[in-house]
Amino acid sequence: MSNEMNNPHQEITHPQAVAIPVPTGHETQVAEGHGIHHHEPFITKYIFSQDHKMISKQFLITGIIWATIGGFFSVLFRLQLGFPNDHFMWLHTIFGNWAPNGQFTPEAYYGLVTMHGTIMLFFVLTAGMSGTFANLLIPLQLGARDMASPFMNMLSYWIFFIASVVMFSSLFVSTGPFSGGWTAYPPLSALKDASPGSGTGGDLWLIAVLLFFISQIFAGINYISTILNMRTKGMSMSRMPLTIWGLLVTAILGLLSFPVVITGLVLLFFDKHLGTSFYLNSIYISGHALPNVGGSPILYQHLFWFMGHPEVYIVILPAMGIASEVIAINCRKPIFGYRGMVTAFFAICILAFLVWAHHMFVTGMNPYLGAFFVLLTLLIAVPSAIKVFNWIGTMWKGNIHLSVPCLFVIGFVSAFISGGLTGIWMANSAIDLDIHDTYFIIAHFHLVMGVASILGMCAGVYHWYPKMFGRKMNNTLGYIHFWITLVGAYLIFWPMHYEGLAGMPRRYYDYAAWHTFAPFEGVNTFISVVAIVVFIAQILFLFNFFYSIFKGRKETDPNPWKANTLEWTTPIHPGHGNWIGEIPEVYRWPYDYSKNGIDFIPQNVPLGPEEEIEVAKENQPQPV
Amino acid sequence: MSDSAIAVTSAAQLHEHPQVEFIDKETNTHGWWRGGVSPFNVSYGKLMMWIFLLSDTFTFGAFLVSYGSSRFSEPFWPDADVAFDSFFGIHATLPLLSVSLMTFILIMSSVTMVLAVHAGHLKKKKEVAKWLIYTIVGGLLFLGCQAFEWVDLITTKGVTITHNMLGPVINGHPTPGPSTFGAFFFLITGFHGCHVFSGVILNFIILMNVVKGTYERRGHYEMVEKVGLYWHFVDLVWVYIFTCFYLF
Repeated sequence: MSNEMNNPHQEITHPQAVAIPVPTGHETQVAEGHGIHHHEPFITKYIFSQDHKMISKQFLITGIIWATIGGFFSVLFRLQLGFPNDHFMWLHTIFGNWAPNGQFTPEAYYGLVTMHGTIMLFFVLTAGMSGTFANLLIPLQLGARDMASPFMNMLSYWIFFIASVVMFSSLFVSTGPFSGGWTAYPPLSALKDASPGSGTGGDLWLIAVLLFFISQIFAGINYISTILNMRTKGMSMSRMPLTIWGLLVTAILGLLSFPVVITGLVLLFFDKHLGTSFYLNSIYISGHALPNVGGSPILYQHLFWFMGHPEVYIVILPAMGIASEVIAINCRKPIFGYRGMVTAFFAICILAFLVWAHHMFVTGMNPYLGAFFVLLTLLIAVPSAIKVFNWIGTMWKGNIHLSVPCLFVIGFVSAFISGGLTGIWMANSAIDLDIHDTYFIIAHFHLVMGVASILGMCAGVYHWYPKMFGRKMNNTLGYIHFWITLVGAYLIFWPMHYEGLAGMPRRYYDYAAWHTFAPFEGVNTFISVVAIVVFIAQILFLFNFFYSIFKGRKETDPNPWKANTLEWTTPIHPGHGNWIGEIPEVYRWPYDYSKNGIDFIPQNVPLGPEEEIEVAKENQPQPV
Repeated sequence: MSDSAIAVTSAAQLHEHPQVEFIDKETNTHGWWRGGVSPFNVSYGKLMMWIFLLSDTFTFGAFLVSYGSSRFSEPFWPDADVAFDSFFGIHATLPLLSVSLMTFILIMSSVTMVLAVHAGHLKKKKEVAKWLIYTIVGGLLFLGCQAFEWVDLITTKGVTITHNMLGPVINGHPTPGPSTFGAFFFLITGFHGCHVFSGVILNFIILMNVVKGTYERRGHYEMVEKVGLYWHFVDLVWVYIFTCFYLF
């Protein structure tokens, strides 16, 4: 066959970086490692770049823009919830018909809520999170010149970009953006007469989300093959940093769950535009009976939540990987329970596919079926707890450096515990029947998934910023950002638990008609005020991030955090190809911190004589 | 990674180099996963194709599960022997004959694909081209048969994505049946047909490269194997669709 096949000991390297023929079809491109960097035209270096580091930055900046929009939308609908009786005329000035007399219309309110959910979950915490850190870290931490297929990697970003453009354009449609909730349940989403947002806005939403899923499948195929195939010599699977394990499991989850929701959305598209009845059955709308007979809206919910539940792990697992890496570095201790962490990742991966119907306890599903989903859902607490104990175990008696990324990780663990514990409550269908669709659910998933993964993502950005841009972010602004965000997040979501337990339903536009919820008026106003403060605090982060790209303090140390992983063995400004000369070989796992009195031993340092003896002892067969 | 991936990819190469051993001396285990080497010598391109096919399995799986859930919630479902009883415009009672022929053609095109891949291992350019042409013809014939079947269903049986005239016969009069029958049939066979069609196009592109000698210069015919994987997958999926729509 090929040279590569003849010699399995040959290093697998990126075809663009070395002049060895590999069976790819790119072999005419002979590159000179990092040399390409300097004479590359603007368009291929910054726009249609195939360099994984540039694609990672593109994902990150697109994600940040979306996070700003999505966060701003939450402030807008919190204005309605916190100040239902006030008229803000400036809203009319900016939003025109969305807020005719200084108050959002119910349609605009639902549009804002829907867009907040879609944007945050898909565009920020899936594409922004995985796109940024998988692209940056998989090749750098595994010792590869680039992704398995840099071209497909670029393609995945640009499909995501088109999805973003379509979604963004839906905000400017005269009938408003899609307003049927991020879950897009039919029949509301399948009938364009059902609400103004279900028309053109709904079509654009559907197209954007389909494109988004396709882009993420492309990306995931690339991540998995790179992790399996492109590791440097010595980087066995059991020596991979936990960030990579997290990203691998995330990619597997996306690969297997996104196709299912694509199916569901295709059926929805058929129902909406071609007159089929997959989800529609005996519906009266504006006094007329529709001809559609025989479908089941519950079918959509099954298809949707088969993706919807793994999706929440897609959002949290990269943050878990980042947390594990950052916490070991900042506590100067080996990660506690590496194997347990990896096992927990896979346990979560398997369970994630077996629990989707816990979102559907109130659909009239057979209660006996519900019992299985209760059991499997409760089981997820086990791997989650293993991870939490391991993070705390790593911090225990560690030499903790309270750097900005470390604080964010501690915040992540805190939010994950606070939000995760309520998950055990609502996993029980008997309790869920009561609190389903209330603010209790909002509080739960925002803490465990939203706040926790945003904090994990921030930790990642602060931690790998020097690697991305060769400069540092401002620490003081980072600390202020952290404290306002963490305290603010708790002040926003903690009171919602009480609202939910009192039965206050989510997604309502106005609670004035219910005396039961009158006592929560003040709480709602309080939450809205805090939300505005937290949003303003994010502007500090935005400023810090963009200012530091150009004017931040220059990084002079190639390994500023004294970390063991391979990305810190590259030059401060790595070119396309990452390492000058040979790719380093790996001799140890990434968590040799404070070993034998040495602060840190990077993975590319060969074993010392003492360590050789230790390894030999470990490998001796144990007496039975 | 699946076991069959190893079988497909490594069998030929290991056959050529039977002396190659991958034993890690330190741990006395085989060292496929130790890094610096692709596990089981699978090139990343072929691995990506396998991973994509795994993902696509879930797309078809979800379609078929949805179909099943709709079908079994209906009190009546049209009989396949009645729905598919004509043979290329001949209105005779020949139940499932045309679909049996289509299936046979598609499976034979998989056989010719295997022969193309095999000829690629032997680096016989003309043979590869020949078997690829047979595969493409098989794919096109399959699509042609499918077109006949669709036309027959729509025009003579009155089944479309929104209507179904194959309902229960009451007092000698046919009544409308569940509309999801036609909807799922056209959606799923159409989705599969799109896969076959894109497979034909891929095969054609690869055929052009074979004829131009691109792979001869490259020294291997791995691209033929990659499109071969896709082609076999599309055939395998058809077996399930065939079972679900025609046999049950």
